[in-house]
Amino acid sequence: MTDASRKRIPLSHCRASPRFHAVKQTFAELGYPGRLIAVEGLDGSGKSTQIYLLKRWLEMQGLKVFFSEWNSSALVKSATSKGKKQNLLTPTTFSLIHATDFADRYERQLVPLLKAGYLVLCDRYIFTAYARDVVRGCPPEWVRGVYNFAALPDLTFFFKAGLEVSLSRILDNRPTLKHHEAGMDLNLSPDPYESFRIFQGRIFEQYLAMSTEFGFVVMDANQRIEEQQGIVRRLVDSHVHLDQFRLAKAA
Amino acid sequence: MPRSKSRKNRPKAHDGASVLIPKVTPKRFYGQGIPGIDSDSLTGKLIVVEGADGSGRSTQIARLVQWLEATGHHTIQVGLKRSTLVSEELEQAQQGNILSRTTLSLFYATDFADQLENTILPALRAGSMVIADRYIYTLMVRGLVRGVDETWIRNLYGIALAPDAVFYLEVRPDLLVQRVFAKNQSLDYWESGMDLGLSRDMFDSFLRYQALMRDTFRRLQQTYGFDIIDAERTPDEINQELQRRIEAVLCGQD
Repeated sequence: MTDASRKRIPLSHCRASPRFHAVKQTFAELGYPGRLIAVEGLDGSGKSTQIYLLKRWLEMQGLKVFFSEWNSSALVKSATSKGKKQNLLTPTTFSLIHATDFADRYERQLVPLLKAGYLVLCDRYIFTAYARDVVRGCPPEWVRGVYNFAALPDLTFFFKAGLEVSLSRILDNRPTLKHHEAGMDLNLSPDPYESFRIFQGRIFEQYLAMSTEFGFVVMDANQRIEEQQGIVRRLVDSHVHLDQFRLAKAA
Repeated sequence: MPRSKSRKNRPKAHDGASVLIPKVTPKRFYGQGIPGIDSDSLTGKLIVVEGADGSGRSTQIARLVQWLEATGHHTIQVGLKRSTLVSEELEQAQQGNILSRTTLSLFYATDFADQLENTILPALRAGSMVIADRYIYTLMVRGLVRGVDETWIRNLYGIALAPDAVFYLEVRPDLLVQRVFAKNQSLDYWESGMDLGLSRDMFDSFLRYQALMRDTFRRLQQTYGFDIIDAERTPDEINQELQRRIEAVLCGQD
Protein backbone atom coordinates (compact mmCIF):
# COMPACT_ATOMS: atom_id res chain seq x y z
CA MET A 1 0.00 0.00 0.00
CA THR A 2 1.36 3.40 -0.93
CA ASP A 3 1.44 6.53 1.17
CA ALA A 4 -0.96 8.15 -1.20
CA SER A 5 -3.60 5.46 -1.33
CA ARG A 6 -3.88 5.51 2.45
CA LYS A 7 -4.90 9.15 2.33
CA ARG A 8 -8.65 9.39 2.49
CA ILE A 9 -9.17 12.34 4.79
CA PRO A 10 -9.53 15.78 3.19
CA LEU A 11 -6.12 17.12 2.30
CA SER A 12 -6.71 20.47 3.94
CA HIS A 13 -6.77 18.69 7.28
CA CYS A 14 -3.32 17.22 6.81
CA ARG A 15 -1.62 20.56 6.74
CA ALA A 16 0.03 21.50 9.98
CA SER A 17 0.15 25.26 10.49
CA PRO A 18 3.24 26.73 8.85
CA ARG A 19 5.87 27.89 11.25
CA PHE A 20 6.45 31.19 9.53
CA HIS A 21 4.14 34.08 8.75
CA ALA A 22 0.39 33.97 8.73
CA VAL A 23 -1.22 30.69 7.73
CA LYS A 24 -1.27 30.53 3.97
CA GLN A 25 -4.44 29.50 2.22
CA THR A 26 -5.20 27.42 -0.84
CA PHE A 27 -6.98 28.83 -3.87
CA ALA A 28 -10.13 26.95 -2.85
CA GLU A 29 -9.96 28.46 0.63
CA LEU A 30 -9.54 31.88 -0.91
CA GLY A 31 -12.72 31.41 -2.92
CA TYR A 32 -11.21 31.10 -6.39
CA PRO A 33 -13.31 29.08 -8.82
CA GLY A 34 -10.16 27.48 -10.28
CA ARG A 35 -7.92 24.84 -8.69
CA LEU A 36 -4.15 24.56 -8.72
CA ILE A 37 -2.43 21.19 -8.74
CA ALA A 38 1.34 21.09 -8.33
CA VAL A 39 3.95 18.39 -8.68
CA GLU A 40 7.22 18.52 -6.80
CA GLY A 41 10.22 16.25 -6.54
CA LEU A 42 13.81 15.85 -7.60
CA ASP A 43 14.93 15.99 -11.22
CA GLY A 44 14.42 12.48 -12.52
CA SER A 45 11.62 11.61 -10.11
CA GLY A 46 9.18 11.24 -13.01
CA LYS A 47 6.97 14.14 -11.92
CA SER A 48 6.91 15.78 -15.36
CA THR A 49 5.74 12.54 -16.97
CA GLN A 50 2.97 12.23 -14.43
CA ILE A 51 1.70 15.78 -14.77
CA TYR A 52 1.79 15.45 -18.55
CA LEU A 53 -0.38 12.34 -18.39
CA LEU A 54 -2.71 14.06 -15.96
CA LYS A 55 -2.99 17.01 -18.33
CA ARG A 56 -3.83 14.72 -21.27
CA TRP A 57 -6.52 12.97 -19.25
CA LEU A 58 -8.14 16.26 -18.18
CA GLU A 59 -7.95 17.75 -21.66
CA MET A 60 -9.55 14.71 -23.21
CA GLN A 61 -12.50 15.13 -20.91
CA GLY A 62 -12.96 18.60 -22.38
CA LEU A 63 -11.94 20.46 -19.24
CA LYS A 64 -10.34 23.90 -18.94
CA VAL A 65 -6.71 23.04 -18.26
CA PHE A 66 -3.58 25.13 -18.24
CA PHE A 67 -0.04 23.88 -17.72
CA SER A 68 2.79 26.02 -16.37
CA GLU A 69 6.45 25.22 -15.89
CA TRP A 70 9.02 26.55 -13.44
CA ASN A 71 11.46 29.13 -14.81
CA SER A 72 9.62 29.85 -18.04
CA SER A 73 8.57 33.49 -18.10
CA ALA A 74 9.94 34.98 -21.31
CA LEU A 75 11.24 38.26 -20.00
CA VAL A 76 13.04 36.94 -16.97
CA LYS A 77 14.49 34.05 -18.94
CA SER A 78 17.13 36.18 -20.62
CA ALA A 79 18.44 37.49 -17.29
CA THR A 80 18.36 34.04 -15.72
CA SER A 81 20.26 32.36 -18.50
CA LYS A 82 22.79 35.20 -18.66
CA GLY A 83 23.31 34.99 -14.91
CA LYS A 84 23.73 31.24 -15.02
CA LYS A 85 26.07 31.23 -18.00
CA GLN A 86 28.34 33.89 -16.62
CA ASN A 87 28.13 32.60 -13.05
CA LEU A 88 26.92 35.96 -11.86
CA LEU A 89 24.43 34.52 -9.43
CA THR A 90 24.82 34.36 -5.68
CA PRO A 91 22.34 32.44 -3.49
CA THR A 92 20.40 35.68 -2.93
CA THR A 93 20.21 36.77 -6.57
CA PHE A 94 19.53 33.18 -7.67
CA SER A 95 16.59 33.15 -5.30
CA LEU A 96 15.31 36.59 -6.32
CA ILE A 97 15.55 36.03 -10.04
CA HIS A 98 13.54 32.82 -9.76
CA ALA A 99 11.04 34.60 -7.54
CA THR A 100 10.72 37.31 -10.21
CA ASP A 101 10.07 34.66 -12.84
CA PHE A 102 7.51 32.97 -10.64
CA ALA A 103 5.77 36.27 -9.78
CA ASP A 104 5.51 37.15 -13.46
CA ARG A 105 3.78 33.86 -14.23
CA TYR A 106 1.73 34.05 -11.06
CA GLU A 107 0.37 37.53 -11.62
CA ARG A 108 -0.10 37.42 -15.37
CA GLN A 109 -1.12 33.79 -15.92
CA LEU A 110 -1.94 31.70 -12.88
CA VAL A 111 -4.13 34.15 -10.97
CA PRO A 112 -6.21 35.30 -13.97
CA LEU A 113 -6.71 31.67 -15.09
CA LEU A 114 -7.70 30.58 -11.60
CA LYS A 115 -10.16 33.46 -11.47
CA ALA A 116 -11.54 32.27 -14.79
CA GLY A 117 -12.11 28.83 -13.29
CA TYR A 118 -9.25 26.86 -14.83
CA LEU A 119 -7.52 23.76 -13.58
CA VAL A 120 -3.93 24.95 -13.43
CA LEU A 121 -1.21 22.31 -13.41
CA CYS A 122 2.23 23.40 -12.21
CA ASP A 123 5.42 21.48 -12.79
CA ARG A 124 7.10 22.77 -9.62
CA TYR A 125 5.70 25.48 -7.40
CA ILE A 126 6.98 27.55 -4.45
CA PHE A 127 8.25 24.44 -2.65
CA THR A 128 11.00 24.08 -5.23
CA ALA A 129 12.28 27.50 -4.17
CA TYR A 130 11.81 26.72 -0.48
CA ALA A 131 13.98 23.62 -0.89
CA ARG A 132 16.67 24.88 -3.28
CA ASP A 133 17.21 28.34 -1.86
CA VAL A 134 17.51 27.04 1.67
CA VAL A 135 20.05 24.42 0.55
CA ARG A 136 21.96 27.28 -1.10
CA GLY A 137 22.11 29.06 2.26
CA CYS A 138 19.26 31.58 2.15
CA PRO A 139 17.43 31.92 5.49
CA PRO A 140 14.18 29.88 5.35
CA GLU A 141 12.08 32.67 6.89
CA TRP A 142 13.28 35.11 4.26
CA VAL A 143 12.58 32.78 1.33
CA ARG A 144 9.11 32.01 2.61
CA GLY A 145 8.47 35.68 3.13
CA VAL A 146 9.51 36.46 -0.44
CA TYR A 147 6.95 33.95 -1.77
CA ASN A 148 4.28 35.02 0.67
CA PHE A 149 2.20 36.62 -2.10
CA ALA A 150 1.45 33.17 -3.54
CA ALA A 151 -1.44 31.04 -2.33
CA LEU A 152 -0.96 27.31 -1.67
CA PRO A 153 -1.86 24.67 -4.25
CA ASP A 154 -5.12 22.83 -3.71
CA LEU A 155 -3.28 19.56 -4.23
CA THR A 156 0.48 18.93 -4.17
CA PHE A 157 2.02 15.64 -5.25
CA PHE A 158 5.54 14.92 -4.07
CA PHE A 159 7.22 12.26 -6.17
CA LYS A 160 9.51 10.46 -3.81
CA ALA A 161 11.91 8.19 -5.63
CA GLY A 162 15.00 6.69 -4.10
CA LEU A 163 17.87 9.10 -4.54
CA GLU A 164 19.80 6.56 -6.63
CA VAL A 165 16.83 6.09 -8.95
CA SER A 166 16.52 9.84 -9.58
CA LEU A 167 20.24 10.19 -10.06
CA SER A 168 20.50 7.40 -12.58
CA ARG A 169 17.49 8.69 -14.54
CA ILE A 170 19.21 12.05 -14.90
CA LEU A 171 22.69 10.77 -15.46
CA ASP A 172 21.50 8.25 -18.07
CA ASN A 173 19.68 10.92 -20.07
CA ARG A 174 21.91 13.97 -19.85
CA PRO A 175 25.48 13.09 -19.07
CA THR A 176 26.64 16.73 -18.90
CA LEU A 177 25.26 18.53 -15.88
CA LYS A 178 24.77 22.29 -15.88
CA HIS A 179 26.68 24.27 -13.28
CA HIS A 180 23.75 25.29 -11.06
CA GLU A 181 21.85 22.08 -11.68
CA ALA A 182 24.75 20.15 -10.19
CA GLY A 183 24.95 22.62 -7.30
CA MET A 184 28.52 23.42 -8.32
CA ASP A 185 28.07 26.94 -6.94
CA LEU A 186 27.98 25.42 -3.46
CA ASN A 187 31.49 23.98 -3.66
CA LEU A 188 30.30 20.62 -2.43
CA SER A 189 32.71 18.70 -4.58
CA PRO A 190 34.94 19.45 -7.57
CA ASP A 191 33.33 16.48 -9.33
CA PRO A 192 29.99 17.52 -10.90
CA TYR A 193 28.47 14.07 -10.41
CA GLU A 194 29.44 13.92 -6.77
CA SER A 195 28.29 17.50 -6.28
CA PHE A 196 24.94 16.69 -7.92
CA ARG A 197 24.51 13.71 -5.61
CA ILE A 198 25.12 15.72 -2.44
CA PHE A 199 23.04 18.65 -3.68
CA GLN A 200 20.06 16.50 -4.65
CA GLY A 201 20.34 14.64 -1.35
CA ARG A 202 20.01 17.88 0.57
CA ILE A 203 17.05 19.04 -1.51
CA PHE A 204 15.43 15.67 -0.89
CA GLU A 205 15.74 16.23 2.87
CA GLN A 206 14.08 19.63 2.53
CA TYR A 207 11.17 18.08 0.62
CA LEU A 208 10.73 15.43 3.28
CA ALA A 209 10.72 18.06 6.01
CA MET A 210 8.05 20.07 4.18
CA SER A 211 5.87 17.15 3.28
CA THR A 212 3.89 17.01 6.54
CA GLU A 213 3.87 20.75 7.01
CA PHE A 214 2.20 21.33 3.67
CA GLY A 215 0.26 18.10 3.39
CA PHE A 216 1.98 16.79 0.26
CA VAL A 217 0.53 13.66 -1.26
CA VAL A 218 3.64 11.52 -1.13
CA MET A 219 3.90 9.34 -4.22
CA ASP A 220 6.08 6.28 -4.39
CA ALA A 221 7.93 7.22 -7.55
CA ASN A 222 9.64 3.85 -7.77
CA GLN A 223 6.34 2.33 -8.90
CA ARG A 224 5.36 1.78 -12.53
CA ILE A 225 4.28 4.88 -14.44
CA GLU A 226 0.75 3.52 -14.93
CA GLU A 227 0.38 2.61 -11.30
CA GLN A 228 1.32 6.14 -10.23
CA GLN A 229 -0.90 7.73 -12.84
CA GLY A 230 -3.84 5.66 -11.63
CA ILE A 231 -3.37 7.04 -8.11
CA VAL A 232 -2.91 10.60 -9.36
CA ARG A 233 -6.11 10.47 -11.44
CA ARG A 234 -8.15 8.92 -8.63
CA LEU A 235 -6.99 11.54 -6.15
CA VAL A 236 -7.65 14.43 -8.51
CA ASP A 237 -11.07 13.00 -9.24
CA SER A 238 -11.95 12.70 -5.56
CA HIS A 239 -10.69 16.14 -4.53
CA VAL A 240 -11.79 18.26 -7.45
CA HIS A 241 -15.32 18.44 -8.86
CA LEU A 242 -14.17 17.96 -12.41
CA ASP A 243 -17.61 18.63 -13.90
CA GLN A 244 -17.29 22.27 -12.88
CA PHE A 245 -14.34 22.73 -15.21
CA ARG A 246 -16.00 21.92 -18.52
CA LEU A 247 -15.34 24.35 -21.33
CA ALA A 248 -18.38 26.52 -21.93
CA LYS A 249 -20.24 25.20 -24.97
CA ALA A 250 -21.41 27.59 -27.64
CA ALA A 251 -25.14 28.16 -27.28
CA MET B 1 64.25 67.16 14.54
CA PRO B 2 62.20 69.35 16.85
CA ARG B 3 58.59 68.42 17.14
CA SER B 4 55.79 70.62 18.29
CA LYS B 5 55.02 70.12 21.97
CA SER B 6 51.35 69.63 21.61
CA ARG B 7 48.85 69.10 18.83
CA LYS B 8 47.31 72.48 19.60
CA ASN B 9 50.52 74.38 18.88
CA ARG B 10 51.17 72.59 15.63
CA PRO B 11 50.60 74.88 12.66
CA LYS B 12 47.46 74.05 10.73
CA ALA B 13 48.23 71.53 8.03
CA HIS B 14 47.99 72.45 4.39
CA ASP B 15 44.52 72.01 2.97
CA GLY B 16 44.07 68.34 2.32
CA ALA B 17 47.34 67.31 3.91
CA SER B 18 45.68 65.88 6.97
CA VAL B 19 43.20 63.19 6.21
CA LEU B 20 40.50 62.30 8.67
CA ILE B 21 40.38 58.60 9.39
CA PRO B 22 36.74 57.60 9.63
CA LYS B 23 35.76 55.96 12.87
CA VAL B 24 34.53 52.43 12.36
CA THR B 25 31.03 52.01 13.75
CA PRO B 26 29.05 48.77 13.96
CA LYS B 27 26.91 47.89 10.95
CA ARG B 28 23.75 45.86 10.78
CA PHE B 29 21.39 44.41 8.24
CA TYR B 30 17.71 45.27 8.37
CA GLY B 31 16.74 41.63 8.50
CA GLN B 32 18.40 38.35 7.66
CA GLY B 33 21.11 40.01 5.58
CA ILE B 34 23.22 38.20 3.02
CA PRO B 35 24.31 34.62 3.80
CA GLY B 36 27.93 34.47 4.90
CA ILE B 37 28.57 38.20 5.31
CA ASP B 38 30.13 39.36 8.56
CA SER B 39 28.99 42.95 9.06
CA ASP B 40 31.97 43.66 11.34
CA SER B 41 34.29 43.44 8.34
CA LEU B 42 32.65 46.46 6.71
CA THR B 43 34.82 49.42 7.60
CA GLY B 44 33.66 51.92 4.95
CA LYS B 45 30.60 54.14 5.15
CA LEU B 46 27.38 53.81 3.23
CA ILE B 47 25.70 57.12 2.49
CA VAL B 48 22.36 57.22 0.72
CA VAL B 49 20.77 60.15 -1.07
CA GLU B 50 17.05 59.74 -1.75
CA GLY B 51 14.61 62.08 -3.45
CA ALA B 52 12.45 62.47 -6.54
CA ASP B 53 13.85 63.36 -9.96
CA GLY B 54 14.38 67.10 -9.85
CA SER B 55 15.15 67.17 -6.14
CA GLY B 56 18.81 67.87 -6.92
CA ARG B 57 20.10 64.38 -6.14
CA SER B 58 22.63 64.18 -8.97
CA THR B 59 24.01 67.67 -8.34
CA GLN B 60 24.44 66.98 -4.66
CA ILE B 61 26.02 63.58 -5.23
CA ALA B 62 28.51 64.97 -7.75
CA ARG B 63 29.55 67.61 -5.22
CA LEU B 64 29.79 65.14 -2.36
CA VAL B 65 32.02 62.85 -4.41
CA GLN B 66 34.27 65.82 -5.27
CA TRP B 67 34.48 66.83 -1.65
CA LEU B 68 35.05 63.30 -0.30
CA GLU B 69 37.81 62.60 -2.80
CA ALA B 70 39.38 65.99 -2.12
CA THR B 71 39.46 65.13 1.58
CA GLY B 72 41.12 61.79 0.87
CA HIS B 73 38.27 59.28 0.86
CA HIS B 74 37.95 56.69 -1.87
CA THR B 75 34.39 56.88 -3.14
CA ILE B 76 32.22 54.45 -5.10
CA GLN B 77 28.84 55.33 -6.58
CA VAL B 78 25.87 53.02 -6.99
CA GLY B 79 22.29 53.59 -8.02
CA LEU B 80 19.14 51.86 -9.13
CA LYS B 81 19.08 49.82 -12.34
CA ARG B 82 22.85 49.64 -12.63
CA SER B 83 23.46 45.92 -12.05
CA THR B 84 25.25 43.73 -14.58
CA LEU B 85 22.69 41.03 -13.99
CA VAL B 86 19.32 42.53 -14.85
CA SER B 87 19.64 46.24 -15.73
CA GLU B 88 18.95 45.68 -19.46
CA GLU B 89 15.99 43.41 -18.86
CA LEU B 90 14.61 45.81 -16.27
CA GLU B 91 14.85 48.66 -18.77
CA GLN B 92 13.00 46.58 -21.37
CA ALA B 93 10.30 45.65 -18.90
CA GLN B 94 9.77 49.28 -18.01
CA GLN B 95 9.57 50.35 -21.62
CA GLY B 96 6.90 47.81 -22.34
CA ASN B 97 5.11 48.36 -19.02
CA ILE B 98 4.16 44.72 -18.96
CA LEU B 99 5.12 43.59 -15.48
CA SER B 100 2.79 43.49 -12.53
CA ARG B 101 3.70 45.14 -9.26
CA THR B 102 5.04 42.12 -7.37
CA THR B 103 7.13 41.08 -10.35
CA LEU B 104 8.53 44.56 -10.82
CA SER B 105 9.34 44.80 -7.10
CA LEU B 106 11.19 41.50 -7.25
CA PHE B 107 13.01 42.48 -10.42
CA TYR B 108 14.22 45.67 -8.75
CA ALA B 109 15.18 43.70 -5.66
CA THR B 110 17.29 41.41 -7.86
CA ASP B 111 19.04 44.44 -9.35
CA PHE B 112 19.59 45.81 -5.86
CA ALA B 113 20.91 42.51 -4.43
CA ASP B 114 23.33 42.13 -7.33
CA GLN B 115 24.84 45.55 -6.65
CA LEU B 116 24.77 45.03 -2.89
CA GLU B 117 26.77 41.82 -3.12
CA ASN B 118 29.07 42.71 -5.98
CA THR B 119 29.71 46.42 -5.44
CA ILE B 120 28.50 47.84 -2.13
CA LEU B 121 29.70 45.16 0.30
CA PRO B 122 33.14 44.66 -1.32
CA ALA B 123 33.69 48.45 -1.37
CA LEU B 124 32.73 48.77 2.28
CA ARG B 125 35.00 45.88 3.15
CA ALA B 126 37.81 47.74 1.42
CA GLY B 127 37.04 50.79 3.55
CA SER B 128 35.58 52.97 0.79
CA MET B 129 32.80 55.49 0.98
CA VAL B 130 29.78 54.29 -0.95
CA ILE B 131 27.37 56.93 -2.18
CA ALA B 132 24.07 55.43 -3.24
CA ASP B 133 21.91 57.43 -5.63
CA ARG B 134 18.69 56.06 -4.09
CA TYR B 135 18.42 52.83 -2.13
CA ILE B 136 15.74 50.44 -0.93
CA TYR B 137 13.48 53.25 0.33
CA THR B 138 12.56 54.47 -3.15
CA LEU B 139 11.89 50.86 -4.14
CA MET B 140 9.77 50.28 -1.05
CA VAL B 141 7.83 53.52 -1.48
CA ARG B 142 7.16 52.79 -5.17
CA GLY B 143 5.83 49.37 -4.23
CA LEU B 144 3.77 50.67 -1.32
CA VAL B 145 1.99 53.35 -3.34
CA ARG B 146 1.08 50.58 -5.79
CA GLY B 147 -0.48 48.50 -3.04
CA VAL B 148 2.31 46.01 -2.34
CA ASP B 149 2.06 44.51 1.15
CA GLU B 150 4.32 46.30 3.63
CA THR B 151 5.32 43.22 5.65
CA TRP B 152 6.21 41.47 2.42
CA ILE B 153 8.42 44.25 1.09
CA ARG B 154 10.14 44.74 4.46
CA ASN B 155 11.05 41.08 4.58
CA LEU B 156 12.26 41.27 0.98
CA TYR B 157 14.66 44.09 1.85
CA GLY B 158 15.79 42.35 5.02
CA ILE B 159 18.83 41.59 2.86
CA ALA B 160 19.80 45.28 2.87
CA LEU B 161 22.54 46.81 4.95
CA ALA B 162 21.39 49.71 7.12
CA PRO B 163 23.28 52.77 5.80
CA ASP B 164 25.39 55.07 7.97
CA ALA B 165 23.33 58.00 6.74
CA VAL B 166 20.25 58.49 4.60
CA PHE B 167 19.32 61.92 3.29
CA TYR B 168 15.89 62.40 1.78
CA LEU B 169 15.90 65.51 -0.37
CA GLU B 170 12.38 66.82 -0.03
CA VAL B 171 10.82 69.25 -2.48
CA ARG B 172 7.09 69.98 -2.64
CA PRO B 173 5.42 68.57 -5.76
CA ASP B 174 4.46 71.92 -7.29
CA LEU B 175 8.05 73.12 -7.11
CA LEU B 176 9.31 69.75 -8.32
CA VAL B 177 7.20 69.96 -11.45
CA GLN B 178 8.71 73.37 -12.25
CA ARG B 179 12.22 72.00 -11.83
CA VAL B 180 11.48 69.02 -14.05
CA PHE B 181 10.13 71.30 -16.79
CA ALA B 182 13.12 73.62 -16.49
CA LYS B 183 15.34 70.62 -17.21
CA ASN B 184 13.40 68.29 -19.53
CA GLN B 185 10.39 70.07 -20.99
CA SER B 186 8.40 66.90 -20.47
CA LEU B 187 7.19 64.67 -17.67
CA ASP B 188 8.34 61.07 -17.35
CA TYR B 189 5.64 58.36 -17.48
CA TRP B 190 6.86 56.55 -14.35
CA GLU B 191 7.79 59.64 -12.34
CA SER B 192 4.25 60.84 -13.01
CA GLY B 193 2.84 57.54 -11.74
CA MET B 194 0.74 57.17 -14.89
CA ASP B 195 0.46 53.41 -14.31
CA LEU B 196 -1.57 54.09 -11.16
CA GLY B 197 -4.46 55.68 -13.00
CA LEU B 198 -4.64 58.62 -10.58
CA SER B 199 -5.57 60.95 -13.41
CA ARG B 200 -5.52 60.85 -17.21
CA ASP B 201 -3.96 64.27 -17.14
CA MET B 202 -0.21 63.84 -16.81
CA PHE B 203 0.41 67.11 -14.97
CA ASP B 204 -2.31 66.34 -12.48
CA SER B 205 -1.11 62.76 -12.10
CA PHE B 206 2.46 63.95 -11.47
CA LEU B 207 1.37 66.21 -8.62
CA ARG B 208 -0.78 63.57 -7.00
CA TYR B 209 1.77 60.80 -7.44
CA GLN B 210 4.63 62.87 -6.05
CA ALA B 211 2.52 63.91 -3.06
CA LEU B 212 1.76 60.24 -2.44
CA MET B 213 5.45 59.36 -2.69
CA ARG B 214 6.41 62.14 -0.26
CA ASP B 215 3.78 61.09 2.28
CA THR B 216 4.96 57.49 2.09
CA PHE B 217 8.60 58.54 2.47
CA ARG B 218 7.63 60.51 5.56
CA ARG B 219 5.85 57.46 6.94
CA LEU B 220 8.89 55.24 6.32
CA GLN B 221 11.10 57.90 7.91
CA GLN B 222 9.44 57.11 11.24
CA THR B 223 10.65 53.52 10.98
CA TYR B 224 14.00 53.95 9.28
CA GLY B 225 14.90 57.31 10.83
CA PHE B 226 16.53 59.02 7.86
CA ASP B 227 17.29 62.74 7.64
CA ILE B 228 14.73 64.81 5.79
CA ILE B 229 16.61 67.58 4.03
CA ASP B 230 14.82 70.72 2.91
CA ALA B 231 15.86 70.65 -0.75
CA GLU B 232 14.01 73.82 -1.72
CA ARG B 233 17.08 75.83 -0.69
CA THR B 234 20.07 76.66 -2.92
CA PRO B 235 22.43 73.84 -3.90
CA ASP B 236 25.18 75.46 -1.79
CA GLU B 237 23.06 75.56 1.33
CA ILE B 238 21.98 71.97 0.86
CA ASN B 239 25.52 70.81 0.23
CA GLN B 240 26.83 72.53 3.34
CA GLU B 241 24.25 70.76 5.42
CA LEU B 242 25.06 67.39 3.83
CA GLN B 243 28.79 67.90 4.38
CA ARG B 244 28.25 68.80 7.99
CA ARG B 245 26.15 65.70 8.56
CA ILE B 246 28.58 63.43 6.71
CA GLU B 247 31.49 64.80 8.73
CA ALA B 248 29.61 63.78 11.86
CA VAL B 249 29.17 60.29 10.38
CA LEU B 250 32.90 60.06 9.62
CA CYS B 251 33.67 61.02 13.22
CA GLY B 252 31.43 58.22 14.38
CA GLN B 253 28.66 60.47 15.66
CA ASP B 254 25.16 59.63 14.77
